[in-house]
Amino acid sequence: MIMDTISKNISRRNFIKLSGLTGAALTLGFSPPTNGKEAEIINPFATDSSGIELNAWISIDTTGKVTITNHRAEMGQGSYQAVPQIIAEELEIDLNQVNIIFGAGNNKKYGSQITGGSSTVRGSYKNLLRLSASAREMLIEAAVKKWNVSKSECYAENGKVIHKPSGKKYGYGELVEAASKLEPPKNVVLKNPKEYKVLRKPLPRQDNPQKVNGKAIFGIDFKLPGMMYAVVERSPRFEGKVKSINDAETKKIPGVKYVLKVNRDVFNNMREGVAVVADNLWAAMQGRKALKVEWDDSAFPHHSTEQLYSTLREMSKGEIISYRTKGNFSAAFENAEKKMEAFYETPYESHSCMEPLNCTAHVTDDQCEIWGPIQAPDWIQSNLSAHLKLPMEKVTVNMTFLGGGFGRKAFTDYPYEAAMISKEIKAPVQVVWTREDDMTVGPFRPGMVYRCKAGLNNGKISAFETKMAGQNMGQQEPGADKKGYNDSVTEGLLEPYFNSFPHHSFGDAPLDSPIPVMWWRSVYASTNGFAYESFIDELANEAGKDPLEFRKQHLWEERYQHLIDKLEEVSGWKSRKKNEGFGVAITECFSSIVGEVVKVSKGINGKVKIDKVWAVMDCGWYVNPDIIKAQVEGSIVMALGAATKHATHFTDGLAVEKNFNTYLMPRINEIPEIEVHVMENEEKAGGVGEPGLPPFTPALTNAIFDLTGKRIRVLPFNLDEV
Amino acid sequence: MAALTLKINNKAYTIEADPKMPLLWAIRDLAGLTGTKYGCGIAQCGACTVHLEGTPIRSCSVPVSAAANKNITTIEGLSSDNSHPVQQAWISEQVPQCGYCQSGQIMAATALLKKTPNPNDKDIDAAMQGHICRCGTYPRIRKAIKTASMLMAQKGQVK
Repeated sequence: MIMDTISKNISRRNFIKLSGLTGAALTLGFSPPTNGKEAEIINPFATDSSGIELNAWISIDTTGKVTITNHRAEMGQGSYQAVPQIIAEELEIDLNQVNIIFGAGNNKKYGSQITGGSSTVRGSYKNLLRLSASAREMLIEAAVKKWNVSKSECYAENGKVIHKPSGKKYGYGELVEAASKLEPPKNVVLKNPKEYKVLRKPLPRQDNPQKVNGKAIFGIDFKLPGMMYAVVERSPRFEGKVKSINDAETKKIPGVKYVLKVNRDVFNNMREGVAVVADNLWAAMQGRKALKVEWDDSAFPHHSTEQLYSTLREMSKGEIISYRTKGNFSAAFENAEKKMEAFYETPYESHSCMEPLNCTAHVTDDQCEIWGPIQAPDWIQSNLSAHLKLPMEKVTVNMTFLGGGFGRKAFTDYPYEAAMISKEIKAPVQVVWTREDDMTVGPFRPGMVYRCKAGLNNGKISAFETKMAGQNMGQQEPGADKKGYNDSVTEGLLEPYFNSFPHHSFGDAPLDSPIPVMWWRSVYASTNGFAYESFIDELANEAGKDPLEFRKQHLWEERYQHLIDKLEEVSGWKSRKKNEGFGVAITECFSSIVGEVVKVSKGINGKVKIDKVWAVMDCGWYVNPDIIKAQVEGSIVMALGAATKHATHFTDGLAVEKNFNTYLMPRINEIPEIEVHVMENEEKAGGVGEPGLPPFTPALTNAIFDLTGKRIRVLPFNLDEV
Repeated sequence: MAALTLKINNKAYTIEADPKMPLLWAIRDLAGLTGTKYGCGIAQCGACTVHLEGTPIRSCSVPVSAAANKNITTIEGLSSDNSHPVQQAWISEQVPQCGYCQSGQIMAATALLKKTPNPNDKDIDAAMQGHICRCGTYPRIRKAIKTASMLMAQKGQVK
């Protein structure tokens, strides 16, 4: 794998050297993104490109080798396959002949690289299609000139331009020199999806061969000559100052080189730690065990889960900061024939990626280079540029493969800490978090309490209100405006409900706490979805309606009706039997709609078991159906864990669950059969990595209600004890 | 510190290490074979699984001294060209997502198939439930083990 590429002042020689290309090349990219303007396709070698930061995605050399830069992180979700698969379609190349490299952090060049919000495909597919089609047209144009024939007689296929009447062929490699002197076409015609040969096909992932033989390099596998290893003893409570350090025993461990105080930047709040640096990781770990640090953490609240949730429950009943309202909820609620109120609670959760946090940094007086499992290379670049007082171009942030991300690795704290240690010891260093560090330090998914109220008239929802109490992820910086509303309170709720609930009100009550919180796969939708889709199920029951039919009556847009019909058909909803519990939930986030049906029954031991899950994903325009299926399967498993297996609790300001012996994960023997369907339509591309997660839990608890009459409103719950 | 010989994938490595150092770190940092992963350090997740004399063990919880002079197989020892039937099955079923836990999963599956060439679902549950996959690839792991079993039967080979 070649880490970055073309940055700085692009020169052909540099690019060729860095990307392993040979000789001349056709390289196409975009002009730096500017607000409100469509990105312009640029051929840097045909124009005076000095000083242009080329947003380079495609390069073809004289041997015909195609190099594609993937500007997004690969954490399992499939960007490493999706980006090239899009390009291969319009460029007319064999996907297996492509060399894929990760782009280093560079916001000016690539635009946002934050691999979050399920945004890789939906954020860039239109530009990638245009770019690839432009390169293809330039190659055809070059061949037309060489042959002196009419363009209409030529076409491109499998890395070649072909002259139909004569059967003459040129490989792309033979054309790149001539093509590189052409201006990109102003307009290109994109294929009709019905003509797709590469897109929409379940092609095998390009990263998988190296993930089954140990060759894939994750952050923790990265090594530099002379690299030191560090582990850090961080304040066991979320805030705390170092009072004293006793490193006498630590320094006796062979291999230990330094013990030093280090800060970690948590949303611009500096949190303290003591780093033990050694020439091997095991020695650093042993040195840390022998270390004695006294902490002063008396100035900060030492929360416990019980206190937190009793506060949240009170807050959900009180004043809220209003985000979205229509009509007059209070009056409509008063006048409703039937009234309902329910509270739902979701726990704090750890991301617990299988690859614990780690980062390698090499900081010298005039530059900084970072390597690691990183979801947001451009954020880290600007964070370190500011803190190290180095110009942006002197800070290089390289992405390795990520052993999971789920939002945690979009945070800048761990590269910051690694950079500070490297700067201090004047050597490259890899900081490795132990599993216990990873699970107890945070940030976490915030715990939430929802108070939902609604009125029914004539069997339909006439008034709907939600008050969400919990930490606002956007209010953690010092001086943050804590009176601002949280626009994520409606994340997960299907858009048409805003039209079908004539009177509604959504708002939040933000909790102030030193517990750091951050995006966790599908973010607020992961908890909102449970509240909304449980409550709608309760309302359907109160109205005496079939839960799927009740939803259908409120979601009259065609796209949603199609999804419901599909869900009904594939799950056999109408022919469900008496001793089976069926539950449904449908949520919408990151521009995709997902419906899931869960079937439960009682096993011979009388305990509830999950028999099957059907999922229908409508993500509009899509790339690879097999990756979509894999992402939905994985989302369901992750949701199952958060619903029935694990949660992070706090006692006296400390996280209780420290490793997988107490933070229990779903295991292979606990996974039901999962069947995933993908809707075919021409809607805009939506996200794939996250939207499959929110509907699972409410579909499960709704199914349990259907089977047992027991309504579950607090997560997690033990399936064996239902 | 002691001088030890590790026999990994039929190659001898002479290393200088604290005898109490877990085998995991000796494999990764001293022998330089990084396919074996650190996940929890307490034998709960299975990411560090290697074979010691053909038996799957948690290398995070075995001191390096206990493995000296014994045959160790890591993911790199299955095959580097993905020709092993378990690797082939993992690709044909498109199991990996992030891929971090898969070395351990594959080593466990390989050991299972050696002992039980045609495993049923219960055999798979028993052999694989010590392995965590946060990406949730479990349904595909189950399928891939069955595919590998078929491939091995076809080739008449049990590695």
